[in-house]
Amino acid sequence: MAAAVLTLGAVAIGCVVAAHLLAGASWPRRSPALAIALWQALGLGWGVATVGTLAGIGAAGLRDAAGTGVTSVAAGSARATGLMLGAGTAARAWDVLTALRVLSLTAGILLLTLLCWILLAAVHAVLRARHRQRALLGLLAHDDPKVPGALVVDHPAAAAYCVPGLRSAIVISAGALDLLDQAELAAVLAHERAHLRARHDLVLLPFTALLRAFRWSAVAREANREVALLVEMMADDRAQRRLPARELATALLRVGAYGGGRAPIGALAIASRPTATGMVATAAAPSGALPPGTPGPTIDGELAARVARLLRPPPGLPVPAVILLGAVAALLVIAPALALLLPM
Amino acid sequence: MNRLGELERAIMEVLWESPDPMTVRQVSGCLTDRDLAHTTVMTVLDRLAKKGFVRRQRAGRAWRYRPAESREAYVAELMLTALDQTGDRQAALTRFARSVSGAEAEALRAALEALSQAGTGGGTGGSAGDRT
Repeated sequence: MAAAVLTLGAVAIGCVVAAHLLAGASWPRRSPALAIALWQALGLGWGVATVGTLAGIGAAGLRDAAGTGVTSVAAGSARATGLMLGAGTAARAWDVLTALRVLSLTAGILLLTLLCWILLAAVHAVLRARHRQRALLGLLAHDDPKVPGALVVDHPAAAAYCVPGLRSAIVISAGALDLLDQAELAAVLAHERAHLRARHDLVLLPFTALLRAFRWSAVAREANREVALLVEMMADDRAQRRLPARELATALLRVGAYGGGRAPIGALAIASRPTATGMVATAAAPSGALPPGTPGPTIDGELAARVARLLRPPPGLPVPAVILLGAVAALLVIAPALALLLPM
Repeated sequence: MNRLGELERAIMEVLWESPDPMTVRQVSGCLTDRDLAHTTVMTVLDRLAKKGFVRRQRAGRAWRYRPAESREAYVAELMLTALDQTGDRQAALTRFARSVSGAEAEALRAALEALSQAGTGGGTGGSAGDRT
C-alpha cells in the first residue's frame, strides 16, 4: 500500500513539473498531435494520481483500524472533530495520525467531486453558449457564394469562427469577406472545417474546465494556452495539405492586423495581452527575405508562431523521440491506474 | 434551414422593419407572398416570444409584438461572444485568429508587407478576385 501511495504521489508531483517543462518546450510545434496527447496524459495522470494519493493515505489508516470502513470513518471523523475542536483531552500521536488520514481522505473525495463537477459545469456552459449562437445565427446569418457552406453575419469586424457540435456551423463576418481575397477565404474555411471534423472542441473542453476551477494556477493557464495554440496548429496543418500555406499565412496576418480596427465594438473585441516575447516580424518573412538577426518589431507571439510555422514548416520529430514521448504519455495514464487497482 | 426556422427569421425581419409593435394580422399582412394561415403566424410569434426574441403586450383585444432587441444588438452579441474569448468560451467556439491593435498590429502589417513583396512581386494581395 505504501509503495502504491508513494508511486501515486510521485506521479502527481511529476505531472506538475512536466507540465511546466512542456509549456516551455519548443518541440511541440513540430508535432502538435503528440504534444496534445502528452498534455491530455499529464492532465489525466495528475488527476488520478492526486486523488489516489490523498485517498490512499486515508485508506491506509482506516484499514488498520478494526471494524468496517463506514464505522471506522465515523469513528475517525469523531476523533478528528474532537481534535480540531481541541476537546480538552491530551491528544495522543495515534489520534493526530488518524485525524490527518481522515482529512486526507476527505480532501481526496472533495477533489474528485470538484473535478467531476467542473467538467459537467463546463459542458453545460459550452452547450448553452452554442445553443444561443445557433438561435441567433438562425435569425441573422445568411449565405454568400464567396464562402460556400459558411454563414455570413453582417458586421464590420473581421471574424471567422466555428460553432462545433452535432449541428456545426462556420461563421464568417462581412468584415472578413471584405478583408480577405478568395484564396484566403478558402484557406480560412479549410482551417475551420479541420476544427469541426477533428472535434478539437472536445480536446479543449477539459483544459478550459480545469482553468475555471484553478484560475490562480499558472500551470492550468499555461496548459490551456498551449493546448489552444496546438489545436490551431493542427488545423493549420490540415488546411495547408490541400491549399497553399501562403494564403493561410496572409489570412492570419490580415485578420490579426486589421480584424479589430474597423469594428465599433473593437475595444471589447480586442483581448489585448502583453506583447509576446521576442517574436520578431522576420519570423513571418520567408527564409532569405531578411538577413537573420535583423531587428524587427515584435508581433503577437501566437500569430507569429503559426505564420512562421506555415511558411517554414519545421522538420518532424525523429522516430525515437516520438516513441519515447508516446511511451511517457501511455505510462502517465497506465501507472496511476495500476497503482490504484493492483493490490500491493 | 427548416421551414419553421425560416419563418421565424422572416417574421423577425418584419418586426425589425416596423417602428411600432405589430399585431398578428399586421405581420401576416406583410408576408402575403407566403400565403400563411393566421394561426401559423401566431404559433411562430408564440415560439419567438418563448425564446425571448419577441416581447408582447396587450393592446385592446389583440396582442402586439415587438422585437426584444434590435437586429444590431443581436449581431453585436454574436460577434462579442465570438471575439471576446477569455478561456471559458474557448471550447464553445473556435476562432480563426485573434485581432490585435497598436504596435502589435503594426508589426503584423510589416510582416504582411514583407511577405507580399517577397512573394508575388509587390502585389499586396488585397484585391479580391485577382487570384481566383
